[in-house]
Parts: sequence; structure tokens; C-alpha cells
Amino acid sequence: MSNSSQTLQRSRSGLFSDGFDIGQMLLKGRAFFALIAIIAVFSFLSPYYFSASNFLTMASHVAIYAILAMGMLLVILNGGIDLSVGSTLGLSGIIAGFLMQGVTLKALGVTLYPSVWVVVVLSCALGAVVGLVNGVLIARFRVPAFVATLGVMYVVRGIALLITNGLTYNNLSGQADLGNTGFNWLGFNRLFNIPIGVLVMILIGIIGSLVLNRTAFGRWLYASGGNERAAELSGVPTKRVQIMVYMLSGICAAVAGLILSSQLTSAGPTAGTSYELTAIAAVVIGGAALTGGRGNIRGTLLGAFVIGFLSDGLVIIGISSYWQTVFTGGVIVLAVLLNAVQYKKRAKPAPKASPQQTGKPA
Amino acid sequence: MDQLPASYLAPDIVLSARNVVKSYGNTHALKGVNFDIHRGKVTTLFGENGAGKSTLMKILSGVISPTSGAITLDGKPIHFANSTDARDHGISIIHQELSLAPNLSVRDNIFMGREIMTPTGVNFAEEARQAQSLMEELEEEIDPLTPVEELRLGQQQIVEIARALSVDSRILIMDEPTSALSASEVEVLFKVIRDLTGRGVSIVYISHHLEEALQITDYAVVLRDGNITATADAKDIDLEWIVRNMVGENFDLGSPPTGYDFGEVALSIRDVSVAGALAGTFVVDHLSLDVRAGEIVCIYGLMGAGRTELLECIAGRVPKIGGQIMLEGHEVSRLTIAQRIAEGLALVPEDRQRDGLVQTMSVGENLSLASITNFVRGLFLSTGLERNLIQQSIKAVTVKTSGGDAPIGSLSGGNQQKVVIGKMLATNPRVIILDEPSRGIDVGAKAEVFKLLAERAKTGLAVVYSTSEVGECLSIAHRIIVMSRGKIAAEFSADATKEEIMAASGEAVVA
Repeated sequence: MSNSSQTLQRSRSGLFSDGFDIGQMLLKGRAFFALIAIIAVFSFLSPYYFSASNFLTMASHVAIYAILAMGMLLVILNGGIDLSVGSTLGLSGIIAGFLMQGVTLKALGVTLYPSVWVVVVLSCALGAVVGLVNGVLIARFRVPAFVATLGVMYVVRGIALLITNGLTYNNLSGQADLGNTGFNWLGFNRLFNIPIGVLVMILIGIIGSLVLNRTAFGRWLYASGGNERAAELSGVPTKRVQIMVYMLSGICAAVAGLILSSQLTSAGPTAGTSYELTAIAAVVIGGAALTGGRGNIRGTLLGAFVIGFLSDGLVIIGISSYWQTVFTGGVIVLAVLLNAVQYKKRAKPAPKASPQQTGKPA
Repeated sequence: MDQLPASYLAPDIVLSARNVVKSYGNTHALKGVNFDIHRGKVTTLFGENGAGKSTLMKILSGVISPTSGAITLDGKPIHFANSTDARDHGISIIHQELSLAPNLSVRDNIFMGREIMTPTGVNFAEEARQAQSLMEELEEEIDPLTPVEELRLGQQQIVEIARALSVDSRILIMDEPTSALSASEVEVLFKVIRDLTGRGVSIVYISHHLEEALQITDYAVVLRDGNITATADAKDIDLEWIVRNMVGENFDLGSPPTGYDFGEVALSIRDVSVAGALAGTFVVDHLSLDVRAGEIVCIYGLMGAGRTELLECIAGRVPKIGGQIMLEGHEVSRLTIAQRIAEGLALVPEDRQRDGLVQTMSVGENLSLASITNFVRGLFLSTGLERNLIQQSIKAVTVKTSGGDAPIGSLSGGNQQKVVIGKMLATNPRVIILDEPSRGIDVGAKAEVFKLLAERAKTGLAVVYSTSEVGECLSIAHRIIVMSRGKIAAEFSADATKEEIMAASGEAVVA
């Protein structure tokens, strides 16, 4: 009997919290409403904006930022920051380009042309290694995340420049007789008329959501980001979690790098410069707290779409790229400003006492 | 308010609050409170956590505004715009949480925001001189140029007190000023309070140490659930009166559970040391201790006796020097915290905000955190299993909450502590170590926590808890260990007296 009353209470409190969540969602749904507003305004300003084909094109641009941002989200949930993702993105493309040109082993006198899946795996592994370096510096050697990833950002960018001597790989399509064609598939092909890049983004989004909400690792991540000391004393392997998030962020950056170089059909050593900041902006617009412990994939994806749809919209209506920069910056500041307003509201829910109530003589 | 009650004009009331209400949405923190501060006297506000003590003090010191109600200062109605405004009217407050800048010196902290200026800059020499004399008044040998972070917690609290004293206020509100002080420091503080009241300063005192507060106070006011339940002259009341009015019933912290035999030795510490801050010193000094299954051991000692270091060393937070830590006969000192938890050794840390809770997570997520790997089925967590555990835990440790989804911040201190304990009990430990489990929680919650531990002990759990309140030693513990300077100074059975225990700790018995 007590069991059934327990479940009744449980479901009632569940209903209650659902009702509460709707109010919260309206507040928290700022990124969503901003996206709607952006779509509405640009659809009004340009006849080309509101069409399925344009949305898919824009979505494939967004995919790059969104994939970076989801990796960044994991790091930010942990209370860290990863400034190296833009460089990792660049290096990933360069490594792919380098491998596609064939690897000559002088001692054996042969040139190896790895097939595309090998290239993809190696690039992702490289991203994981960069993340591992970040993670070990931060978790084991207690280097502040900002400084560690800043240093790695320079080193990785430098390596990309060194490999190509500053030049760009333009031939990424491979040759049929060498068996290494197919790299363009990532950037140009479509499944069910949806660009592969967008599908990869969706896939990473689903995996990311499952990991965050349904695995012990996800819980550990939220816990160690919310209060590392408490998490550690609860038996959470906080160092392992920390290293893992940087590795995952590196892998996301590598995947983004592959898609970008495939879309561009070239891999340049300076690709992805300052993308880390766009990724951070997307995470922040998505409502995550830079102090860690709060945020989710849905918000981050919305954040990436807000940034991408805004900047593409500005291009479509023909506004100069200088203005685009200004607008994008404005949106970021506005988003954070609204976050601050929301938190302030929550901190002081009571209305201010009016002066006559405090007993001043009239 | 067109007609003022007579007490407004009573000469010995310096500040009075009438019908003060403070509401946060639908919750009423204060429900029409009348509170008087007597000139040159100590007025103590008693009440459990969540009774509204801090809210009332924040209103009186201008930190927040009341929803309705009137405040009069020296018979004149007044409204404080903010805490600076209140300070300008001579009201200052020592907050429960320390608000010092750890990187700055004692001198800079005392004069933070009120620097003594000369045309050429800050007059550091004068500040240092005044800081020095404040330290002398508080009988504390602290160089004003010492960075605050190098002081122990009790000394930091002294600095906080010195800062409030330096303002020359007429009304001084002290919210838990002694939580980190040793008995001798408390005595000095009480001497200072007497000195201040002698000079006409009015004191409002808040403390969970009821006996201690009873010694210093002139008037006692009890707050319960946002209402004043009792007011009395201190000479007419005793401890029992306060507690009765605070909780509305007689309370009992329990007695050692009986009717069963202890099992094998569950936890055995052999010759363990922990290094101190200075090279060559030990905060835990070659200490040995055995605890059997089903036994409850209380570790009593002053601040700095090494209790926390010992307990954190057992849990794996702090590295040990030499010796052995055995859990049911197995050496665990090489294991990580997580591995020790898996082996059945759980720690409930002293500072639940800093070390116990993840504030960004819900009540349920906090409860399941330490045992989360038990709910993994394949790759994913089983939400059903997890929900079951959360509901069981909420029931087992009697957490008052609207449900597992409630934010952890919505709970009172006592209920938060129960969540931390419930979280560690969910790992099914063989030994549970609790560092000051009663710190900052009210008597009612304290009794519930002790009852819970006593019940678990009957099922074979070995319980070790530390406390700095001697009354809590004589509750559920079968054995009382007194620690002093990193060593076991004495050991008592459950029938020891408070005086014996306090004497063994090196604490002067405050008469």
C-alpha cells in the first residue's frame, strides 16, 4: 500500500516538475526563439533564405561549428576550456591531405596510399592524441586549462604549417587505380538528400546526448564539473574523466577538420583559425555555464545554429563581412547578458519592498 | 503603522523590528516577527536551521529588505537601502561564512574598503598599528602582515571578528562567530563581548552551541518556522527551555545501541602519521585505532587536533606516512578513494558544501552519485534501478524533499547532510567515517542522523564520527576517543562525563 502511495506521490511530483519545466523552458528557450527570429527576419528580407535547399546548405556549414561545439561542451561541462580545437581541426585536414598524397617509405622504396577509412581513423586518432596531451597536462600536471590548451593550440598550428611548409593540399580526391578515392564523400554526398556532414553532426549529437544522460561517464562529468572535490570523494575518477573529455573534444575537432577539408576539397594549414572561439560562443549561447556542471547537447546545437544561420543570412542579404563580425559579436554578448539577467532573477525572486511598507512617515 | 507600540519608546531598546515579514514567492521565511535589541546587552537568537535567523539578521543589517514590517532605530522609523547604509548607522554584521580575501594580509583584510587614506596614499603604518592593537585585544598572536591564507580557520574567524570590531559600531550582529574557535579563543571573545557591552555596544548573537550562547547572553529569543516562539531573560531559563522552544519537544541525541555483539575488527589503523604544514611535524602522530563491526566510535578533539586529517587519511584523501590502514584485514593504503569506496570504506566529509554535494545536480543525482556504477546495465544506466535506489535512500535517511528531482539547494542544511550520508550508505559500506556530521545542522536533524547511524551499526556497520561538541560524544558512541595534537590523549566508555572528556582534550572547562 505504501508502495502505491509512494508512486502516486512520485507521479504527482513529476507532474509538478513538468509544469515547472514549461515555465523554465520558455525562459531557457532563448536560443530557440532567437533562431526562430533569425529565420523569420531573413526569410522576410530575402526570398532565397526560406527554402529546404538553403537550409541544408546552411546546416552543412553549421555542422562544422556544431561538431566542434559539442566536443567543447564536454570540456566546458567539466569546468575547463579547450582553445586548441581550431588548430586540431586544421592539423586533422593536413594529416588527411598528407596521407592522401601517399606516404613514401624511402628505405623500402615504396609509396603507400592508405584508403580513405584508414585516413579517417588516423586523423581521428591524431585528434585524440592532441586531446590526450591537453588532458594529461591539465589533470596530471595541474596546468590551468586555459594555458595548457593555448600552448597546444600554437604547437599544433605550427606542426600543421611545418608539414606543408605553409602550403595547401589541393588534391584530396585520390585516384581510382590507387584505391584511395572517396574523401569527397564526406563533404559532398548526401544520404536521403541530407549532407553527410549534417548526418555526422546528428549522429554525434545523439551519441553525445546518450553519453551525457544515460551513462555513468555522463554523470561523472556533470558531477566533477559541478563540484570536483565532492565528486572525487564520492569515488568518481575525476582525473580520468578530465583526460577523456579533452580526448573527445580532440576527436570532434578532427572529425570537423575532415568534413571541412572535404567540403573545401583542400586542406590548408590555417584552416579553422579562431573556430575555437565560435565553438565556445555556441556552447555559451546554448546556455551552458563556463563554471561547469550545467549545459546540454540540445542547447549547444541551437547555439551553433543561431551563429551559423545568422552569419549565412547576412551573406545572403549581401551585408559586408565586416558587419557580419559585428552582428555575430553582438548576438554573443546579448546571449550572455540574458543568461546573467536570468540568473539574477532566479537569485532574487522576491519583489522589492516598496518604501511606504518599511514604515517611513508619509 | 499609525500608532507606535510602547516598546518603541522604551529607552533600553536600541533597535526594534515590528511585524517583519519576508516572503520568497510562496515561501515565508519570516511571518510577522517582533524583535528587540537591548542597548548594551547581548541578545541571543536561537533557532534551528531554516527557522529564519539569518534572514532576520540580513534584514536588520540592510542586506535585504523586508516584504513588509517596520524597523525603528532609537525610536525613529528607518529604512536601510543596503548594508553600507546600515553600517553608516552603526550596525555591522559578522557573517557565518568567512568573507576574507585569503591572498591579502590581516591588516588589508581588516581595512578592506575602508582604507585609512593620506594625501599620498594609504597610511599602511597606521592600519598596521590599529590591526595590531585589535589582535592584542583579542589575545591572538598574529602579525598584521601575515597573509590570511596562512592562518588556521579559527584565526581567520578572529580576523573576521577584528574587522567588525574596527568599525566602531553601536550594534554588532554575530552570526555563528565561534564555529571554528577553540574554547580558550571563545573565552577571549566573550571577554571582548563583555567589554563591548560595557561600552554600550549592543550585541546580537547567534550560535548552534547552545550552552556556550547561554553563558554570554542577557536575553534569549527563540525563532521557529519564521515565528518568535519565546522571549526571556537569560537568568530565568536553561538549556532545556531553549531546546524545548526551538524544536517544540524534548529532544534526545540517543544512546549507544545495545542488544548485539560486535563483530570482527572492521577497521584497523596501525602507527599512521600525516605530515603537518611544517617539515618534520605531524598533524596525526603515529596513531593506532581499532574499530569493530557494529561499533560506534566518537573522536573528540579541538580544532587542529588532527581529527579531519586522520579521517581524510583513512579515506585516501590525504597521504599517510608509515603505518598501515587495514579494512577487514586487507591493507587499503595503496588504493584510490574510489577503490576504497568499492572495498566498503566510505567518508562523509566535514564541509558538505565544499566536499559533499554537487550543487548543480538534483537531490536524486547526488544520492546516486557514489553508487552510480551499480546501475549500469550494458552501456547505459538503468533509470528504473536508479530511481528505486533514490526513493529508498530518501526514505531510509528521511530526507524532507518534494522528490528526487528537486534541486539540492532547495533543501535545508540538515536534509543536505542526510543526502551526503545517504549517498555514502548507498555504496553499502562496511565502515563509514563521518567528519563532524552534525556541523551546522539543527538539533532535530542531529538526533535523526545519530538514530540512523545507530540503526546501521546494529546491522554490523562500523561507525567512526568526529565532533567538537562534547554533548555529541555522549550520545550513540560506544567508545569515545579524545585526540590532542595528533595523538590519542584518552579513551572513554559511554558512561564518561563531559568534564572528563573536555579535560582530556586539553580544553579548559568553561564554568
